[in-house]
Amino acid sequence: MALNTIEFECKSAAPAALVGKPLHFGVVGSGDLEVLMEPKALKGAVAVKVVTPVSGFDELWRRVLATFVENSKLGDVSIEINDNNATPAVVMLRLRQALSEAAA
Amino acid sequence: MTKQRKWDNLATDTAERMAAADRFIGKGKEVQSGDVVALLEAVIRPGDRVNIEGNNQKQADFLADCLNQVDKGKVHDLHMVQSCVPLASHLDLFESGIAKKLDFAFGGPQAGRVAKFIREGKIELGAIHTYLELFGRYFLDLTPKVSLICAYEADREGNLYTGFNTEDTPVIVEATKFRQGIVIAQVNKIVDKIPRIDIPAGWIDAVVQSPKPFFIEPLFTRDPALITDPQILLAMLALKGVYAEYNVASMNHGIGFLTSAIELMLPTYGAELGLKGKCCTHMILNPHPTMIPAIEEGWVDTIHCFGGELGMEKYVAARPDVFFIGPDGTLRSNRAFAQTAGHYAVDMFIGGTLQIDPYGNSSTATANRVAGFGGAPNMGCDPKGRRHSTEAWLKCGQELPCMKDQIGAMPRGKRLVVQGIETFGEGRAPAFVEELDAWKLAKNANLELPPVMIYGDDVTHIITEEGIAYLCRCGDMETRSAAIRAVAGYTDIGLKAKPEETRRLRDAKIVRTPEDLGVDRNRASRDLLSAKSMQELVTWSGGLYEPPARFRNW
Repeated sequence: MALNTIEFECKSAAPAALVGKPLHFGVVGSGDLEVLMEPKALKGAVAVKVVTPVSGFDELWRRVLATFVENSKLGDVSIEINDNNATPAVVMLRLRQALSEAAA
Repeated sequence: MTKQRKWDNLATDTAERMAAADRFIGKGKEVQSGDVVALLEAVIRPGDRVNIEGNNQKQADFLADCLNQVDKGKVHDLHMVQSCVPLASHLDLFESGIAKKLDFAFGGPQAGRVAKFIREGKIELGAIHTYLELFGRYFLDLTPKVSLICAYEADREGNLYTGFNTEDTPVIVEATKFRQGIVIAQVNKIVDKIPRIDIPAGWIDAVVQSPKPFFIEPLFTRDPALITDPQILLAMLALKGVYAEYNVASMNHGIGFLTSAIELMLPTYGAELGLKGKCCTHMILNPHPTMIPAIEEGWVDTIHCFGGELGMEKYVAARPDVFFIGPDGTLRSNRAFAQTAGHYAVDMFIGGTLQIDPYGNSSTATANRVAGFGGAPNMGCDPKGRRHSTEAWLKCGQELPCMKDQIGAMPRGKRLVVQGIETFGEGRAPAFVEELDAWKLAKNANLELPPVMIYGDDVTHIITEEGIAYLCRCGDMETRSAAIRAVAGYTDIGLKAKPEETRRLRDAKIVRTPEDLGVDRNRASRDLLSAKSMQELVTWSGGLYEPPARFRNW
């Protein structure tokens, strides 16, 4: 199946550099995804790249990621998501879990 | 002088039919399988109300096949009154014109054909019921004239053993026989001695040994390997925000993966919350394999079952302190009694759904499938006739701000009706919608009203990955809708939530997020499951649980 790539940026009102070193979290199982985060000087912004077999949900990805970035105050990082039909519930859960791994 | 009136028309009619069938019925009421079609032609008349036993578990499938083979010149336009129509043969009757009218409770795999046939006029729909409602009508205005039932074994006199899967048999036979109707049973085996008599021979008119055992579906078996982390998060929220919050002692669990996750997390997260001995002590459930670890850990006092569950026979028989076991040592399930307990006696119903609207109405109906209701609405509602008090029921009633507008200062409780659902389902379909698909179905299948599984005024809690909406704490519709929006995530409904409004609802404990409840999302992983696979369930059961072949993946 052709994969769909979505790229965008979002920025928290009060960004902080929470990711100090590259990290990887999750598995691209059915209904799941893997997240890669890497520190990157983006003037506080977060660069997002999503690779997914699903099309037509670009706006939903933007909403979920924007909320995650705003609530976590994450900044200066590039996020890459390799998705296999994860629901927003799974996406948010994995992003939070990935970030707590970075903080650990 | 009043005219002499005849008072035994029903019995006379039955006697005439049985006389015509006499040549097919041998010693011990036994009929040869090859004579069953002729037997049915002899005892069934056009327009009769006929019941084919079958719930979503055991099925009188051989008798259903035979009914399809009758001469349509002799038998036609039947009015089928039965719990479920899950077999192709149930619908074939309407295709051929043997049957015309249908009153039922659950469509199952045939739901698409039911909708199509109603639309095409092949089925004249009486009504879609809940089980108890339909059972009630068996004793009111929908008594079957002829019932085709199924049992495991018959003895040489025609006594029946329905055993583990007794299910609907007693209620069908009692309604039919005590209105002088005719009861025909298919059994897997005719033997000299049955383990116990579940249905006495005197209530049975004919018995046939079926060429093959009746079909039975392991409908309540959930493989722990398929439980996802979001389901585990929802289960954590349920245990902390509802079970622990209200000390829910008695309940029914729905069929989905959320409740399987809860069952498997009782010995782990539930124990950590100190719920053992307080929650889940009394349950109305089929023998769910995912209950094994909690039973083994001593959580459960009593379980009564609607039906059996394939593979659980030996395990259940070995736990007679927990289940309802006969003098012969095997379970007797009974749907009518389990539904009665589920309707009146339990503190809580918790289950999943497909769609919830802004008012909290929920439905599993899709636009082109008449799936029916089964038993969920009887458990997923506030039973107005309940009069006994328990801690959970009373607390939930006390929280209801609008109670005083209806009955003044009079104290009254309320059933907890909990719907757990991820905000997006399969194929990213939003679970929160402006209008339920049930409206489209009502139009497509000419139904009088949209089939709503649980009405909004009965739902007390909605759990999503965003948190819990405590609808029982809402004083008006505006607050309820706001609470629903607050847990609806990134659906169009959820995006209408206003942050300041959600903040107020959280302060008032009407909405509680995982953080508000102290539920750590990072722990939402399969590590919390006491059994992670079918094989581990077998191990927990000490080898007594024997999963059906399709679940044996090791």
